Amino acid sequence: MELLEIKNLNKSYGNKEVLKDINLKISNGKIVGLLGKNGVGKTTLIKLINDLLTPTSGEIFVEGKTIGVESKKVIAYLPERTYLNKQMKVSEVINYFEDFYDNFNSEKAKKLLKDLNLDINENLSKMSKGMQEKVQLVLVMSRNADLYILDEPLGGVDPATRDYILDTILNNFNENASVIISTHLIADIEKILDEVIFIDKGKIILHSDSDELRTKENGSIDEIFRRKFKC
Amino acid sequence: MDITFDNNIPIYIQLLEYIKIYIMSGAFKCGEKLPSVRDFAINFKVNPNTMQKALSELEDIGLIYTERTNGKFVTTDEKVIEKLKDEYALTLAKSYFNGMKKIGLGKADSIKYLERMDK
Repeated sequence: MELLEIKNLNKSYGNKEVLKDINLKISNGKIVGLLGKNGVGKTTLIKLINDLLTPTSGEIFVEGKTIGVESKKVIAYLPERTYLNKQMKVSEVINYFEDFYDNFNSEKAKKLLKDLNLDINENLSKMSKGMQEKVQLVLVMSRNADLYILDEPLGGVDPATRDYILDTILNNFNENASVIISTHLIADIEKILDEVIFIDKGKIILHSDSDELRTKENGSIDEIFRRKFKC
Repeated sequence: MDITFDNNIPIYIQLLEYIKIYIMSGAFKCGEKLPSVRDFAINFKVNPNTMQKALSELEDIGLIYTERTNGKFVTTDEKVIEKLKDEYALTLAKSYFNGMKKIGLGKADSIKYLERMDK
């Protein structure tokens, strides 16, 4: 049984087709890069997997079951934009997550926040955008989930923090879980990816093992991506 | 073990090369127990699956072996390590001579340069 399976998925907004006939299988224990330029449908696909949008047609299964309440328990999702109440202190958000999710490990969250020098007594509104993004990533990675879906986790942070974030991802997912990371910052992330998915104009145009792709196309993922999507 | 990867070359091949060098240099000794896949991956800051792939290849060429419950070890056969070292040294020497050849220097000249390295 696949961890995630998508069959013949289509999504349109009005008469604009955003995703066209997406078929995808992701198994356990993989770090997968969902790579594409801006506006090609990455976030729409992620929102569909998280059951936040309704497909126009097609099906999505997580651990063999149609997505819904059960899949939300096993998916930890980092959205592109923050949804936390900025008036809350970090410690309050931790309590909130602890109440909300059975699989949330608040000890782990506190440890990671400490590693990142973030004060749990601080109000989110007093934190910079980058700091808020770190808090949000910590919250997501502190859930003991089966599938982590991170939408642009590196966007607003400096390169040093990017490295820390990649380490956090690597060190905090258990061997049976998988991680899907959507990004256009390929060079920063490609060394940790097992598999890459190239998405363009609403279609998956390539899904491959990263090292196999490097060997076959003779270059880095970043370079191969640039070659394929030359403007 | 902080290393920089070249994104143009498959990561597992680079890992494989690093570990070979550690074994040839004696940083990992003949018969010594190796760190776990997970610890290796954390140290190199790579994906555990990629690390596993590199270690499997090393196992295929007989440089390391797995004891079912104990983990992975460097081969106890010194000859395997010596042979690897010999091949590796030969490759390095060839690449040196090739470089010298490109600028019009033959073997004799190349050796002279090597001797100058002592001083």
